[in-house]
Amino acid sequence: MAKETKDKEKAKESKAEEKLEEVKEETEEKKAEETQKEEAAEEKKEKEPEKETKEEKPGTAAEETQKEEAAEEKTEKTKPEKMELQEQYIYKQVNSIVFSVLPPKTIKDMASAKIVTPELYDKEGYPVDGGLMDIRLGVIDPGLRCKTCGSKLKECIGHFGYIELARPVMHIKFIALLLNLLKSTCRDCSRILIPQNKIEKYKEILDAAEKEKGLEERRNKIKEIITNLKTINKCPHCKARQQKITIEKPTTLFENEKRITPIEIRTRLEKMPDEDCELFGIIPPHARPEWMVLTILPIPPVTMRPSITLESGERSEDDLTHKMGDIVRINQRLFENINAGAPEIIVEDLWDLLQYHITTFFDNAVAQLPPARHRSGQPLKTLTERIKSKEGRIRHNLAGKRTNFCARTVISPDPMLKLNEVGVPMVIALKLTVPERVNEWNLAYLKKFVENGSDKYPGANYIIRPDGKKKKITDETKEATLEEIQPGYIIERHLMDGDRAIFNRQPSLHRMSMMCHKVKVLPGKTLRLNPAVCHPYNADFDGDEMNLHIPQTEEGRAEAEILLEVQNQLISLRYGLSIIGCVQDGISGNYLLTKELVLSRQEAIDLLSSVGIEDFSKLPKKEKIHGKEIFSVLIPDDFNFTGKTRSGEEVVIKDGKLISGHMDRNNLGEGSGLLLRNIHKKYGKHATIEILGNIFRLGIFVLFKHGFTTAVSDTDLPEGIRIKINETLENAKKEVVSLIGLYYDNKLETFPGKTLRETLELRILEVLNKARNETGKIVANEADKSSHTMIMADSGARGNLLNLAQMAACVGQQAMGGKRVEKGFTGRTLSSFKKGDLSPEAHGFISNGFKTGLTPYEFFFGAITGRDSLMDTALRTPKSGYLYRRLTNAMQDLKVEYDHTVRDAAQKIIQFDYGEDGVDVSKSENGIINIKRIIKTIGV
Amino acid sequence: MSIYNEYKTKLTPKIIEDIQDYLKDKKVNDAKLRKILDKVVEEYEQARVHAGESVGVIAAESIGEPGTQMTLNTFHFAGVAEMNVTLGLPRIIEILDGRKKIKTPMMEIYLKKPYSAGKNVKEIALSIKETKLEEISTEFSINLVESAITVALDKIKIKELRITLAQIVTVVSKQLKGFSVKASKDGSSIILKSRSQEESLNEVYKAKEKIKDTHITGVKGISQVLPVKREEEFVIITAGSNLTDILQLAEVDNFRTTTNDIFEIQEILGIEAARQAIVDEVFKVIENQGLNVDVRHIMLVADTMCVSGFTKGITRFGVVSEKASVLARASFETPIKHIISAALIGEVDKLDSVVENVMLNQPVPIGTGLPGLVTKIKKKEEK
Repeated sequence: MAKETKDKEKAKESKAEEKLEEVKEETEEKKAEETQKEEAAEEKKEKEPEKETKEEKPGTAAEETQKEEAAEEKTEKTKPEKMELQEQYIYKQVNSIVFSVLPPKTIKDMASAKIVTPELYDKEGYPVDGGLMDIRLGVIDPGLRCKTCGSKLKECIGHFGYIELARPVMHIKFIALLLNLLKSTCRDCSRILIPQNKIEKYKEILDAAEKEKGLEERRNKIKEIITNLKTINKCPHCKARQQKITIEKPTTLFENEKRITPIEIRTRLEKMPDEDCELFGIIPPHARPEWMVLTILPIPPVTMRPSITLESGERSEDDLTHKMGDIVRINQRLFENINAGAPEIIVEDLWDLLQYHITTFFDNAVAQLPPARHRSGQPLKTLTERIKSKEGRIRHNLAGKRTNFCARTVISPDPMLKLNEVGVPMVIALKLTVPERVNEWNLAYLKKFVENGSDKYPGANYIIRPDGKKKKITDETKEATLEEIQPGYIIERHLMDGDRAIFNRQPSLHRMSMMCHKVKVLPGKTLRLNPAVCHPYNADFDGDEMNLHIPQTEEGRAEAEILLEVQNQLISLRYGLSIIGCVQDGISGNYLLTKELVLSRQEAIDLLSSVGIEDFSKLPKKEKIHGKEIFSVLIPDDFNFTGKTRSGEEVVIKDGKLISGHMDRNNLGEGSGLLLRNIHKKYGKHATIEILGNIFRLGIFVLFKHGFTTAVSDTDLPEGIRIKINETLENAKKEVVSLIGLYYDNKLETFPGKTLRETLELRILEVLNKARNETGKIVANEADKSSHTMIMADSGARGNLLNLAQMAACVGQQAMGGKRVEKGFTGRTLSSFKKGDLSPEAHGFISNGFKTGLTPYEFFFGAITGRDSLMDTALRTPKSGYLYRRLTNAMQDLKVEYDHTVRDAAQKIIQFDYGEDGVDVSKSENGIINIKRIIKTIGV
Repeated sequence: MSIYNEYKTKLTPKIIEDIQDYLKDKKVNDAKLRKILDKVVEEYEQARVHAGESVGVIAAESIGEPGTQMTLNTFHFAGVAEMNVTLGLPRIIEILDGRKKIKTPMMEIYLKKPYSAGKNVKEIALSIKETKLEEISTEFSINLVESAITVALDKIKIKELRITLAQIVTVVSKQLKGFSVKASKDGSSIILKSRSQEESLNEVYKAKEKIKDTHITGVKGISQVLPVKREEEFVIITAGSNLTDILQLAEVDNFRTTTNDIFEIQEILGIEAARQAIVDEVFKVIENQGLNVDVRHIMLVADTMCVSGFTKGITRFGVVSEKASVLARASFETPIKHIISAALIGEVDKLDSVVENVMLNQPVPIGTGLPGLVTKIKKKEEK
């Protein structure tokens, strides 16, 4: 698989290379070509030594094979010996890549075939010599061998070919530049329209600009200079008059209304001295103006445009092959017509057609040209389309990779798992494997896996021999395999408990979206995780799916364990507090326990042992044990802490005992309070997840024992209260009516900077919100504090008083964009109201509660705002996604240097000290060094 | 005090200040103070970033991730009179894009001593607000015979603004060079007449529309003013921004007065101030949304935007276009353009940032990929 990606990558590179006419010096390619065209290669080496700047250390192991051959012939360096043990070591590395335009000579030199016929296959279905699928260009059919390099499918990376064009043709990507060149050079002597004595001066300006502000600035300066040249109409060198040059898009140039043919353009540009090119931003050994008018066209290797064999046995060619077929056909016709001395009009028509085909070959989305299409009418995907955009080569295949050894299913919760564990279903454990190298000490151990085979757990699926051959273990081969195994072999054994796996949920917005867990193989069909780690993944269990990756190398496993494991991600690097905390039942359970529960000793021990505690010495020796004391068992003995509960009570933990206050979300939840942060600081990450896991489980078991549910009756209100609520609402409505009255009488005092109407709206909103809040307060006061709904709200586990008030009393004003609902019919919101009605009901005030039920119009208002908020989320996601992408792209290479400065890839200093004080947020406490705590530990 | 000085090089001023603050009313002897300071130094050293940490990605994640949780619309519920400001995600995008023209420019004008306590606040506010001719007039009419424009004035408004007819005439005639401006005899209107003789009716109509925008009093660009009391002090909040002119007013405290227009700040106060403005503005929005993001991340973003000496947006024209690596630029947006322009000059990609190495399946030079190993390898004997 790795090889495949590699191949793709190469394909891309060659493509880009050819298309853009730039040489991307990737050694393997070069070398492969060189071996084949020895003399040519030799020549080139001499000619362009600096172009070969690229590393003396190319490629990865995947290319080893072809490189070896190349290396043997070319570089007389230590050639990797053929070891029995062929390790996949990366021993060389690409150091740099030089971009340049492919000169026609190089195109010819690097080509292994000249393409002369548009035919693809002969009658037997064998590729035609000199056709576009010529086997000298590489192989895409199994069984065949490449005529150029002799390797088989997947080994041969493919080779370029070329076509000799009957007449030169403009390169669409360089049209703008060509136009500038022609406009700013003399039509006679091809010199730039700058007097000789000033050329040096301009060059200095450019160099200065580059030195000062970088390449981008140089390009801007060049643009400036060129625009100034366009108005000059007398050559300062040969005094020739200049003509006006215009372009008829996309590719036709005119001089004084007379067409200039590419032949003429080319001859003019050929005369241009290297010295002048520089002022146009063309640096001669890398590019020459005349190369932008094509006389020869490289044909990309077949490996980058494989044909697909359909079920019917029919061959379906790649879009590029189609396009090149067109080019070759027209080119041949053009040749024939020219040779036959056909009338100029016919030749010119064909020439234009050739131009069109070549243009669309490079880019099929040129503004003024109709895109070339398939017979079915869908536009062809040619070179530019292959590279560009999200689905293009760069972003899809190069910057984004795919992996093997991964799994994906639905997730479900399991609080009995540790925080850093992941439950993996048996079916998955049987498919995912971990490679283990055999040595004399683990030979017996690993043989057991092979004995079990691939169906029996824990078994093994494959063995890899030292020469890299992979063998599947089946019942038939098992015996032979067992015999064969010896140190040096690799066994791909089944996934087992304790293996490291990287667990991920998309969208991966965080580094906490990919964390390393220990595998725990479980029955069932879903991936299981502790609900406390839902928050960093932003996961819930309404059908979410997650991915699991198994690192395959020792380095991978080590990094996963050291950097990615859950306990290392505990403290958010966004705000420096614990990102993992108790959720839901974990909070409400502990709230109940620490607040009011008193259990018998037996119950307490029962509870603690179900959590997994075995040491009960910390429990006080008495019959009735308070919940706080049970909770304290989980806290280390020397822990001291003071904090606040949600209701403002003081929480004191002294010497590992919860003395006063109770637990709620402020202390146990994620991203809030310093309890978890302090535990982490004092006892370290491993202890923290242990303690957190226990606390969470304790909460859940408290609820198991105690019983916990919510009921509609939790929202019941006594009759008197109902009346009171209705009164408040009525009063508010009356107040609004009087406000409206004032508005009509023009007696309302306007807020500064607002119109009368705006003021009225604001005042109404104020009154209505006050009324709703009041009902909320009434409900909060009257509601049964011991009802489970209230417990959830008070502890912060789920829901809040507002939700309760909305159910029990009054839903309140529906706001759209900060205002009351306005839209709908002319002059009114719904057809059941009078036009111009300003009353609360007519603009989305819902005075009923969810339990009593909404009137039809109230329901509609609810639906309106509900839909509005759906729209909001739907529109926001892509916007914030794009912002995020831009941010990462702009900042991804900033890093802290050893001298504490923050620098980018070009070593430019961005900050002298990270964040002005060099503090790592994930090692701080909510962004600061906690002076208070430090001093307290020392004691004043 | 002297003990603190010893630690000046080891701790940041902020930390020392915090310690001093905390220990202000407590009696601590020197030995203990040293012990405390040593402990703080130890913890500070432990909390420092490691070399190679990819702080850029961390900052991007820390801002990008909560971005998904931000609201798109401006919601301000309880309707206390406040200015309408772009908030939430659109505002963040606006700042980070480095847009020259922002959607809702706004200023917070602090006042000097006597005025900040409330003296003449309303008057000052009113005098800042830009008034256009249209606002103080009731009617614009055209005299077809003389091709003159008569502007009937709103006397009440004029009284409120405390300007005289003569003042209006001078102000208007100063701005409209092509017209002769006169007050009518009864003083209820001003008459404008074009100086050029032959003026077509059409042009007079056009002139009439143009005249409406004539600036009469106040500061240009300030369309609304709102004096607000903020903790014992009166502050004028404005819609529209014009830092240059406001800072020149005598009543204004020009140390604290700000605008939310970053480019204006850059122009007047310099790049460092602009950087701070970016940090403040982004932080304000994130805080307003009830999210918790450390300032350090925002500072890093602001710094990347400002390193070049000008604020550059995080777009393909701004920060990204300045990257040294061709492949890094190409992987962002408009790849073809970048590759072609690189080919023309034979640009070299040194492969020293992240994406290029991802493309080539090589380790990235960041974090654990950064350290290399220097070692002498025993040369193997050639066969």
